[in-house]
Amino acid sequence: MKWILLSIVVCATALSDILQSHEMKRAGEHSVGARGLVRLFQTIARRRMLILSIVCLAVSFFAFMALVQAAPLSFAVPASAASFIIETLLAKLVLKEHVGARRATGALLVLGGVLLLAR
Amino acid sequence: MPAHPNRTLRTYSLLFLFIFLRPVGNLALAWGTKHFPQSLSVNPSAYLRAMLDPFVALGIAMLILSVLTRLALLSLADLSFVLPVTAVGYILATLFGQVFLHEQVTVQQWLGTVLVFLGAALVGSTAHNTTEYEEASE
Repeated sequence: MKWILLSIVVCATALSDILQSHEMKRAGEHSVGARGLVRLFQTIARRRMLILSIVCLAVSFFAFMALVQAAPLSFAVPASAASFIIETLLAKLVLKEHVGARRATGALLVLGGVLLLAR
Repeated sequence: MPAHPNRTLRTYSLLFLFIFLRPVGNLALAWGTKHFPQSLSVNPSAYLRAMLDPFVALGIAMLILSVLTRLALLSLADLSFVLPVTAVGYILATLFGQVFLHEQVTVQQWLGTVLVFLGAALVGSTAHNTTEYEEASE
């Protein structure tokens, strides 16, 4: 069961992050000050893909809630880092961010870490 | 073109807020759900009742705030900068699990967690926002 929950967490998180980054870049700079928050909510309401990203976030969150209940916190949180590997790939392929040798090496280290946790 | 100092300051303020909120929120959530009598994966209708638990509610509130903080952070910096730097939360989660929830963490699991963190730190030392401007040294 914990592997099913983890898969849901990882996939939903990756999709949500890619959508969030894509939409917030297009929306311009935001902050979380008193006025910033109002503008942040306005942006969320205006951008449909941002709402979809929040749906994905909710799915990932409910799966995560069940995961931290069923599995140790010291497994649930680091193992969910698997989403980071998918996201680095998507950041390069979909968001066209520049992924240099250092970032690629870092992503591989993260992959190694997650594999150690998985055993 | 170097990053504007104010922009860098704002980026790091949001970053530290996020780094604090997420692991502490996760701990509260784990504490609350583990003390909740019903299994959420077996019985999804228990979610609403679980959310009324004070620890679960506190964890959710902190995590929601962390999501808003991160949205603002993403408007200032790239996703592939934000994700790895905040990965320090993975180490904190394992530490909190071991210390506060008395979880058994093997040497191999610690090694895995440290690898996740190291990989993340390496990635975090690269440019903040590559789609807006290119840094000369890459």
